[in-house]
Amino acid sequence: MASIDPGAPVAAPGQPVPAQHLQRTDAETPLPPQKGKRKYKPEDIRSGYLFLSPWIIGFLGLTAFPMLASLYLAFTDYDLFTAPEWVGFENFVDLFNDPRFIQSAQVTAGYVLLGTPIKLAAALAVAMLLNMKHRGQGAYRSIFYAPSLIGASVSIAIVWKVMFIDDGIVDRIQQAVGIDVGGWVGNPAFSLPMLILLGVWGFGAPMVIFLAGLKQIPTELYEAAECDGAGPIRKFRNITLPMLSPVLFFNLLLETIAAFQVFSSAYIISGGTGGPAGSTMFYTLYLYLRGFQDFQMGYASAMAWILVSVIAVITVILFRSSKGWVHYTGDER
Amino acid sequence: MTTLTETPAPQTPPVDHEALARRAAARNKRRVKSVIFHLVAVGATIVVLYPAAWMVFASMKPNSDIIGNTQLLPDVWTMEHYTTALAGIGGVSFWTFFNNSLLLAVLSVVGTVLSSTIAAYAFARISFPGRGPMFAVMIGTLLLPFHVTIIPQYILFNNLGLVNTYLPLLLPKFLAAEAFFVFLMIQFIRGIPRSLDEAARIDGCGHGRIFFRIILPLMRPAIVTSSIFTFIWSWNDFLGPLLYLKDPSLYTMPIALRQYVDQTTVSDYGAQMAMAVLALLPVMIFFVVFQRFLINGVATQGIKG
Repeated sequence: MASIDPGAPVAAPGQPVPAQHLQRTDAETPLPPQKGKRKYKPEDIRSGYLFLSPWIIGFLGLTAFPMLASLYLAFTDYDLFTAPEWVGFENFVDLFNDPRFIQSAQVTAGYVLLGTPIKLAAALAVAMLLNMKHRGQGAYRSIFYAPSLIGASVSIAIVWKVMFIDDGIVDRIQQAVGIDVGGWVGNPAFSLPMLILLGVWGFGAPMVIFLAGLKQIPTELYEAAECDGAGPIRKFRNITLPMLSPVLFFNLLLETIAAFQVFSSAYIISGGTGGPAGSTMFYTLYLYLRGFQDFQMGYASAMAWILVSVIAVITVILFRSSKGWVHYTGDER
Repeated sequence: MTTLTETPAPQTPPVDHEALARRAAARNKRRVKSVIFHLVAVGATIVVLYPAAWMVFASMKPNSDIIGNTQLLPDVWTMEHYTTALAGIGGVSFWTFFNNSLLLAVLSVVGTVLSSTIAAYAFARISFPGRGPMFAVMIGTLLLPFHVTIIPQYILFNNLGLVNTYLPLLLPKFLAAEAFFVFLMIQFIRGIPRSLDEAARIDGCGHGRIFFRIILPLMRPAIVTSSIFTFIWSWNDFLGPLLYLKDPSLYTMPIALRQYVDQTTVSDYGAQMAMAVLALLPVMIFFVVFQRFLINGVATQGIKG
């Protein structure tokens, strides 16, 4: 092994050794022991870009270019068949005068603001229950996790619809108790809560993440607090919450962004209409209808960019605020 | 106090009587706590599993018993809904939809594993100019809502004449578009000792060989986790097939299911339930077999369900 000069060209299969490689040897021989600060090995550069080329092509072709195109389209009228026509800010002006758009924003905001905290609270509560370290913990964890794998599927949306339909099982139970609302599916006041419930049902994924975070909290902290006479509420507020705050932040960020993107359940339950009375007209659903049913690609692109801006602002706010309430153990002096 | 007798303590002097009693009390307290824990956990299990159980049993009830009935178990068991469901929709067999979904899911797994592993190796092990910024961009795409790309992507694929083929659904998988998996694999590769690479380099291996001979075989757990998630996500995907597949013979299970629900004017809920069960069956089998990998993937990498 020692006979091989570090700078000498090494013939690896699939990697031809061109003359350029030989040139490098003289330049590189003085360097190799200490790694050069900004020096990259030509072989590394070549392999790096080669290995990353699928991702680079995908990023440019499927994300970067489409984003730019979408930004351009947002200022045009485009129906997929005739060339896009520049209209300036017309789409944005129209959007804010479009009652269905306003409604879709309200429905989605309601879903995000109500659904996400409820889902996270359920996830945290169940995670704390399972963290009590009794027998069967693993089995319960698996069972509670399962719904989050299928919660967004068409199958479960159909099941939900049939369960909450007029005279369905939920309605029958309500009739028995005397609070009949004629099924949640057809009642504009109940259709959104029904979808929130479906979202909360998938609390398993954040729960698993919470549980992993809870297991990282050293038990000595609780023991010390007990010695000082702290009750369960103090322990939760002063130990669990601060120690769990990085995980809480992570879950809050991901679940909020995911909540903005609900589509299939609303589509299936309302039959693609967003009804009754627009009460399940989610932002994504309205964007889909405008873009792919009315072929108003420009209008839909404007919607997309408004949503991206809102999500970006929320992400920035969350990150900014996190400095005040998220504690990383490494930070403590 | 009877519990005291069952713990033989020959060497302990009688003075310790009080300590023993205290310990027994603690044990009792723990037992009570355990009972409460299981009561609450079983209660939660029933609530969580009820919709799934109801779906399965409803698919075996006569149509008249699915609506207007609070019972979980059927009075009369029937399998006729499954016959209806397996007969297919509009002249296309159920198995066509099933095979389409399976083909898409398997190819998605292949594409994701191939493209994500090599991208992750480049990010984790090769130093080249622009790596840092590109890594940041990749993490940024994790938070990017799909809305901004869906319309121009559709226009692009439409102009390329690829609508009504599987390519718009598969191409992103072969181009490492799912940053979650790239990130998961980067984290995994970082855990593999660098001395292995170095030894191989001294032996004269280039990056190609180091990747295929050393890193890739060691990445098995990360590959399994990514594969299972890719399979399930592809299997459940609704929006993609809804946009790109127009010909019923290309439909996947979720799209066929929607079509079925839309077409049945007379509410044939039983058959809808049967189809829903059949559409979820592969996912549930995957879950039962691979739950450990799934939950570890979520717990350590924060993959969303």
